[in-house]
Amino acid sequence: MDDNHIEKSQKGSENTKGTSRREFLKNLGLAGAGALTGAAALYSGHLVESKKETVSEIKVLLTQDGKLVQVDSLEMKAVEKTGEDLLQSEGREGIPGRRWVLVVDLAHCRNARRCILACQEAHQLRPEQYHVNTLQMQDTPNTAPYHMPKHCQHCDNPPCVSVCPVDATYKRQDGIVLIDNIRCIGCRFCMAACPYSARILQWTEPRDASRYADLPYNVELNVPQKLGTISKCLFSADRLREGKLPYCVSACPNGVYYFGDENEDAVTNGTTKETVRLSKLLRDNGGYQLMTELGTKPRVYYLPPKNRLFPFESPADYQPEKS
Amino acid sequence: MNERDNILEKIVSDLTRHIRINTGFLVWMGFLTVMLLVCLYAYTLQLRDGLGVTGLRDYVSWGLYIATFVFFVATSLIGMLISAVIGLIGMKWITPLTRIAETIAVAFAAVAGLVIIMDMGRPERLAYVFIYGRFQSPIFWDVTVVITYFVLSLLLLFLPMIGDMAVIRNKVSSLPKWLKPVYKILSFKWTNAPEQNRIITRCIRILLILIIPAALAIHTVTSWLFAMTLRPGWDSTIFGPYFVTGAFVAGSAAVIIAMFFFQKNYKLHEYISDTHFNNMGKVLALVSLVYLYFNINEFIVPGYKMKEGDAYHLHQLFTGKDAFLFWFVQLGCLIIPILLMLFRRFRKPIPITVISVAVFLGAWLKRYIIVVPTQEHPFLPIQHVPHNFMVYTPTLTEILITLAPFIMVLIIITLITKFFPVVPLCETARERGIEELRIE
Repeated sequence: MDDNHIEKSQKGSENTKGTSRREFLKNLGLAGAGALTGAAALYSGHLVESKKETVSEIKVLLTQDGKLVQVDSLEMKAVEKTGEDLLQSEGREGIPGRRWVLVVDLAHCRNARRCILACQEAHQLRPEQYHVNTLQMQDTPNTAPYHMPKHCQHCDNPPCVSVCPVDATYKRQDGIVLIDNIRCIGCRFCMAACPYSARILQWTEPRDASRYADLPYNVELNVPQKLGTISKCLFSADRLREGKLPYCVSACPNGVYYFGDENEDAVTNGTTKETVRLSKLLRDNGGYQLMTELGTKPRVYYLPPKNRLFPFESPADYQPEKS
Repeated sequence: MNERDNILEKIVSDLTRHIRINTGFLVWMGFLTVMLLVCLYAYTLQLRDGLGVTGLRDYVSWGLYIATFVFFVATSLIGMLISAVIGLIGMKWITPLTRIAETIAVAFAAVAGLVIIMDMGRPERLAYVFIYGRFQSPIFWDVTVVITYFVLSLLLLFLPMIGDMAVIRNKVSSLPKWLKPVYKILSFKWTNAPEQNRIITRCIRILLILIIPAALAIHTVTSWLFAMTLRPGWDSTIFGPYFVTGAFVAGSAAVIIAMFFFQKNYKLHEYISDTHFNNMGKVLALVSLVYLYFNINEFIVPGYKMKEGDAYHLHQLFTGKDAFLFWFVQLGCLIIPILLMLFRRFRKPIPITVISVAVFLGAWLKRYIIVVPTQEHPFLPIQHVPHNFMVYTPTLTEILITLAPFIMVLIIITLITKFFPVVPLCETARERGIEELRIE
């Protein structure tokens, strides 16, 4: 039974590495398109650069506000994407070559809830709204209770993405499911579709809305949060772009979280900063996933809550903070 | 010849008597307008402050609005049942009811689209559904079929009325002054020529056939908004037919209520008689029985197996938090009405109307039972959130906003039935032996 499981999980990881041709070709296509765009941009930049040394030539161009203007070709410069445009195009594409995974070691979670605070701070969430929430679970009356941090599972077959009518929520090549709050119409079909209750809506004016009003919208951070739109765990895509671990992973004092790249088969513990083999970690500890029977193919793994050296303490229920 | 003229004269005067502006109409419209303004004010609060003014939160994120949307789509389906199904079978008694049914269909379908906008977190981005629409999303299908069904219903209401308007334009001198040009334009120079009749009969026939798949699609797709998710209580393969038959129940009840009102107020006893109430009572009993059959399927099949999620859902409905509402709807608005309607004396105008009111109310409550309880118990527990996140309680603002579409429907129905004949004039004349309506 155990061997079977291991074999299955190994096969699974191989699949995503190479044997799933469709996935591979899709990635290749995306990477290719990305590379092509990049190359084209470089080349056009190069053209303009090289023209600088040649003869001056007057060009007639149409400006953004619809005027025809004459420009000396010596004065022309390639346009680079900046600000929100750049964040949007980067955020849609993802980080090439990566397949991010999160491993949650339930044996170590003692409900410190630091991950929650770090997350809510980073994503400007009110205290009653969570991208990550620690749930007190008890599977059957005779089994031990445990604390379970619950993120968005960044499913490879995401029900939320299927039902979105406007392509506001989408799956990236690096496995992350994101939400574009400039696109989202707030229909909440994705909330209905998500079996993990991972999604929240900004029902009222988001926290600190006025303070961050002028900030360009970062789709990899969902900040500034926008009224009437959906938000959820983003695997801290903005931190990954900087080569850092997600906010929750870094904030955990108890070594609960491992985060890494399935393609590299390596995950790093946020507390100890120790990097281990993903496949070995899952194999040695009996890693599993939530509700796989629903066919969602989650990207979050759990290690069972065994050998805990601390008692289970049920936290006081939610008390709204007075501000 | 002379006798025929007299019959026609009487039909025209009977069916157009109500087309005038009287105090009752003004008071009623004034009342509706004031109510609508109050509700629209509530909506401006929601526009300003966001959906937070409602009782909706992260777990129960669909509530009164979506229940009302489903209810409206459901009620609008009656146009298809009455005009197309019963009409195409060749049942002549249905003729005087077709326009009432189509009016209900048009009003409810038109407003259903608005209800969905009310529910959006960012209504100003509505156009994105068309600009960035994704074919995979059931919402995209829903928008497509709701628009299609609305257009078809509007045509089915309007085309048979062209001839009526031509007759009234020529024969009724008491028509309000401002309405004359409207009738003149909308009757499209109709002269009742054989060629015109041939074309319009053909058009109507094509529409009657087209509207059947369109109507089935609109409500099946609406049911899929729920059935396409994985949640216990929604994850069901029979949601399509379950919703469609439920829709016929709601719509038939709406038609009976409307019939009662128009028979009394517009003095149409000669056209909408006790026989019509009796027959519509039979229709309502029949569709209710079919609906009961789907209800039995919907609850017994998961109830026998008792999978974890389904078991919790069913416990909540049958004996738990939602039990009172559930049994009130199932017994009071479905089973008891069916039993009563089996007896002829309960299909007389007054009792059948009372039953219809109960059934109609029950139909709305049933949508609420379908939409809300499922969200109160998702797969994973709801923890560390305030109480109002765990249990859905609609707010006053939300209730007022929910009333707006009902008022809009009443306004649309009032206007259509006030300024146009409620009973199809030409068809009635034809059925009473007047083959050729001479129109100068």
